[in-house]
Amino acid sequence: MQHSRTQDILVGFFVACGIVSLFYLALQVSNLGNYDAGDSFTISARFQNSGSLKVKSPVSVAGVRIGRVSAITLDRESLESLVEMRIDAKYNNLPDDSGASIYTAGLLGEKYVSIDPGPGLSGKFLRDKSRITNVSSAIVLEEMIGKFFLNKTAGN
Amino acid sequence: MLEIFENLGKSTFGSLAKLGRAVFFLLYTLNGIGVVLLRPGLLLRQMYSVGVLSFLIISISGLFVGMVLGLQGYYILTDFGAAESLGVMVAASLVRELGPVVSAILFAGRAGSALTAEIGLMKATEQLSGMEMMAVDPIKRIISPRFLAGFISMPLLAALFSAIGVMGGHMVGVTMLGVDDGAFWSQMQATIDFHEDIINGVIKSVVFGFVVSWISLFEGYDAVPTSEGVSRATTRTVVNSAFSILGLDFILTALMFGDI
Amino acid sequence: MANSASSENHIVSVRNLSFSRGRIRIFDDISLDIQRGKITAIMGPSGTGKTTLLKLIGGQLYPDAGRIEVDGQNVHALKTKELYDLRKRMGMLFQSGALLTDMNVYDNVAFPLREHTRLPESMIRTLVLMKLQAVGLRGARELMPNELSGGMARRVALARAIALDPLMIMYDEPFTGQDPISLGALVHLIKALNSTLGLTSIIVSHDVQETAAIADYIYLLSEGRITGQGTPQQLLQSDSPWVQQFLNGAADGPVHFHYPAKDYLDDLLSSQ
Repeated sequence: MQHSRTQDILVGFFVACGIVSLFYLALQVSNLGNYDAGDSFTISARFQNSGSLKVKSPVSVAGVRIGRVSAITLDRESLESLVEMRIDAKYNNLPDDSGASIYTAGLLGEKYVSIDPGPGLSGKFLRDKSRITNVSSAIVLEEMIGKFFLNKTAGN
Repeated sequence: MLEIFENLGKSTFGSLAKLGRAVFFLLYTLNGIGVVLLRPGLLLRQMYSVGVLSFLIISISGLFVGMVLGLQGYYILTDFGAAESLGVMVAASLVRELGPVVSAILFAGRAGSALTAEIGLMKATEQLSGMEMMAVDPIKRIISPRFLAGFISMPLLAALFSAIGVMGGHMVGVTMLGVDDGAFWSQMQATIDFHEDIINGVIKSVVFGFVVSWISLFEGYDAVPTSEGVSRATTRTVVNSAFSILGLDFILTALMFGDI
Repeated sequence: MANSASSENHIVSVRNLSFSRGRIRIFDDISLDIQRGKITAIMGPSGTGKTTLLKLIGGQLYPDAGRIEVDGQNVHALKTKELYDLRKRMGMLFQSGALLTDMNVYDNVAFPLREHTRLPESMIRTLVLMKLQAVGLRGARELMPNELSGGMARRVALARAIALDPLMIMYDEPFTGQDPISLGALVHLIKALNSTLGLTSIIVSHDVQETAAIADYIYLLSEGRITGQGTPQQLLQSDSPWVQQFLNGAADGPVHFHYPAKDYLDDLLSSQ
């Protein structure tokens, strides 16, 4: 029954270490730390095929991540893939005629959305709920291989 | 020939009876948790002997497991030119599997066996019986606080194991073998999902903590009250805990990550 | 001797008790009464289930047949809570002392007080020191159980058993394995506690001399039955050969020295 102070302190230390570890795992190891606490705005783009793009895939400009994919849905009318992206509020100077393409990091790596800034002819910028119309779809490896063989056989 | 069946029948009934006792024991123990919450002093003492005393073995093992993962992962991944994925490999193996599983097995060996021996000896020296005669319910007074302490400590220990393991992997991979620091973390963060990986890992360790505490305390309480009985019970605790952890790990993994 | 009119004076009454463990019949239809305020001894050879009887009275074991009443309540018909309330009025001294090994002497004696009362710590201290003084171990309060001799451990356990001022104390083999000095101390203590605190004492023992010296009434148990009863004087004058053998410690008599076996000569001569 005797409570020794050292015991109390050690238990407190142990529990604190455990909780710090949990936070460490959550913030440093997992993607939780990348949920930008700051403001952001959502833009969307319609792709013919979004391939294996996933929610939370990175969105980048010139190789710098500026946001993440927040939703991928099928547009019922056009039967195209509607990709919504959450962009950091500080990148509010992307011209509204920018283009979006789905690329693969490396040959077999993860898919990501790359935004190519346009010339900015209208002088307007992408805002919340803006839609990028100038798009190129994901390159699907199987289709490319298929086409390659088709051309081969057609050539012969 | 008949003897074989007779023995089989006997041991089947024996196991079933033991399982029944174990379930009643668990219900009784859970029933006593409320009393423990009213007396945090009891819990604190057990957190010390269950949690704090496992702290060192878990930390050191976590560090070495992480370092080995860093080393092995580096050798394998460089063959594929993907050494930057080392962070993912180390973190995913630790958070999903090795953290909960290895720390639970170490916990069973360190804290579980000690609990079984303690309870078994208390039974052998009539301390439990004596407590009953003093009108103190030994399950509420002795078993429930230990159960709760094990249940709380296990996820904390598993998190500690994984966190220190990731640091160990970083130390070997980045500091010693020269994997790019930024790539190590960014690939890890891009791949490891908070809900899918971290939370599922924590759920696993919570389940393991529950099961290991249950097995250890029950084996002690159910031990034959002799020195041989207690030593056998201690062995059974470690063996049964290890089996249960690995078996449950498969089931939980299938439920969480797979489509079985 | 046990009629219902005198049951007021009986703190414990056992009626037609039968109990078996596995195939072994430990009690076969026994009845006995423990008088209030007296020291009653239950004696018999080792292995006759004397400790089992105490556990039955304390409600830790359930009989196959028969009933046990303690202070007017049928022990085995009580709900858990009522049983625990009843146990607060019974103390039990285990053969090993059954001290809690992770607490020192002081905390062991304070244990029942802290569990069952909401007394302030200053009051608990006073009570604990009083009980320890009664068993002569006030100076040993800081020691841990593993630092105590067997006799001291038993005295601490006794202090703990009287901590809640029970109506009765059950002693399980209190004299076994004690050196003459601690034996004398224990005999003296049991007698003194009984007279000063107005307790009822039940002593389970096979040590004839010590028990006969302090007991007011003795029951002799053998092979699941009561084979003799009476005051120590009555028993000493008993003409039952079994009682005489037990009290005098003769090696052979109605209870044979040899475990039942086939003829010695035949056994030696047979080749298998």
